[in-house]
Amino acid sequence: MNWVNDVIQGILLGGYYGIIACGLALMFGVMRIINLAHGDIAVLGAFLMYLLLQHWSVSPFIALLPVLPTMILFGYVLQRLVLQRSLRAGILTPLLATFGLSIVIQNALEQSFGPDVQSLGGQAGSLVTAAWRINSQISISALGGLTFGAAVAVYAALQLYLSRTPSGRQMRASAEDPDTAELVGINSRAVYARATAIAIGIATLGGLALALRSTFSSYSGPDQLIFAFEAVVIGGLGSSLWGALLGGIVLGVAQTIGSQINPEWSVLSGHIVFLLVLISPRGGLLTLRSGRRAPASLPQAGT
Amino acid sequence: MLAAAGVRKQFGALAALGGVDLDVGPGDAIGIVGPNGAGKTTLLNVLAGTMAPSGGTVSFRGADVTRSSAARRARLGIARAHQVPRPFGAMTVFENCLVGATAGGGLRRRAAYARCLEVLELCGLIELADRRADSLGLLGRKRLELARALATDPVVLLLDEIGAGLTDAEAAELVAMLKALRGEQGLAVVWIEHIVHVLVQVVTRLVCMDAGRVISDGEPAAVMRDARVVDAYLGTAAA
Repeated sequence: MNWVNDVIQGILLGGYYGIIACGLALMFGVMRIINLAHGDIAVLGAFLMYLLLQHWSVSPFIALLPVLPTMILFGYVLQRLVLQRSLRAGILTPLLATFGLSIVIQNALEQSFGPDVQSLGGQAGSLVTAAWRINSQISISALGGLTFGAAVAVYAALQLYLSRTPSGRQMRASAEDPDTAELVGINSRAVYARATAIAIGIATLGGLALALRSTFSSYSGPDQLIFAFEAVVIGGLGSSLWGALLGGIVLGVAQTIGSQINPEWSVLSGHIVFLLVLISPRGGLLTLRSGRRAPASLPQAGT
Repeated sequence: MLAAAGVRKQFGALAALGGVDLDVGPGDAIGIVGPNGAGKTTLLNVLAGTMAPSGGTVSFRGADVTRSSAARRARLGIARAHQVPRPFGAMTVFENCLVGATAGGGLRRRAAYARCLEVLELCGLIELADRRADSLGLLGRKRLELARALATDPVVLLLDEIGAGLTDAEAAELVAMLKALRGEQGLAVVWIEHIVHVLVQVVTRLVCMDAGRVISDGEPAAVMRDARVVDAYLGTAAA
């Protein structure tokens, strides 16, 4: 039963896409910013961990400990200094700002680390090779399982934050109607800065997952962005928080099944599913069309 | 307490507000009337901080708040309810209030919950507390708009035509609610309303505006008899 194995591997791969997509969906849901630098930010996180591991022989998970707060701080400052200003100038300006940021990060990474392909898989020890073998054809890799578990944990934590904490409720209120949110005393700039900080923190986790399971270089960001974007759209752009994880899983399964048919079709079949969802009347297109009035990609309380 | 001094607001060549002075004392209940385009809503916007004035100052409890954001003023104790209710539709009625109580009122946990229960009870929404806000009808939304504003624990409540679109019975409930509020909480109210007979049941002072200026200010009955007010509404009598 190769198909069963493909679907399982696809779901596990979907966990990675779900992590990458989560921050993208959060920033879009709260501020309507499509962060074109999202993939590059994940890769930046991966390079920071790589840099630490050059000098410090520890597990990549230990390297995450200082990198994660650094990236969260980076997200906060990025929102305060760059994106907040660009938001005043309409919808297009934040898009251009993040596009510029994407180029800056790519070039800065190449300048600092060169064009070589890197991976942190080597420093992760047996985790990369360990697998849970169910039968002769189905096996679940430790890394895949861990990534998927991390994805579910990230979404659950975000859901809990948004539905149960005062700060999360304020984020949902701001996402829905920023002007009214101001009138009840919510400082939307502070809320936006928190949202970006969280989104970039999650992107950094995605960067670690990427660095462990695969290779990365200065120019790996745009590929990650495309997969993240596809996952968000397949999940129904902004209809619910978990949609992005679901979209990631659909994308992952489409890719593994595609590669089973023909190894060259892996990425292509993911794109095809994305396009099918985009043109279907009930799918992503519907929510894209309704634009700003689409419900924010945040969970509803009590559901 | 909340005072506008010489407030002007220019929209291009149009002077929406041409130097307005208004002083709201603690516990005051002030009604603002005037023909359409008199600048009533603009004045409320300037007081609430959603619009920056072109000139003049707004002060609250002795501090200049002219440059303070709407969010900052909400936290200081100036609450605002819209003519067309704008609930956070995807959140429950209770959560709408909770956002007001934690963000605007600065209350935490138990205190915030208690405040929300209190205002929901007062606004007759307690049974609907777990409903999604976008499932409410117009009256429910108006109540919620008021409840959310009250949840921020305000000192001054700015109301923009919240009586519009209500039946007489509903308006009577609204009046009873506002009277109860004023009695219990010593809240100051500034209320714009076209339905004057509803307004005068609550307010103790009436301000009439026309063409961006205050043309009469005082006892409701006296203001309604004022020749300038009659002129503003009906045109100048042929002499």
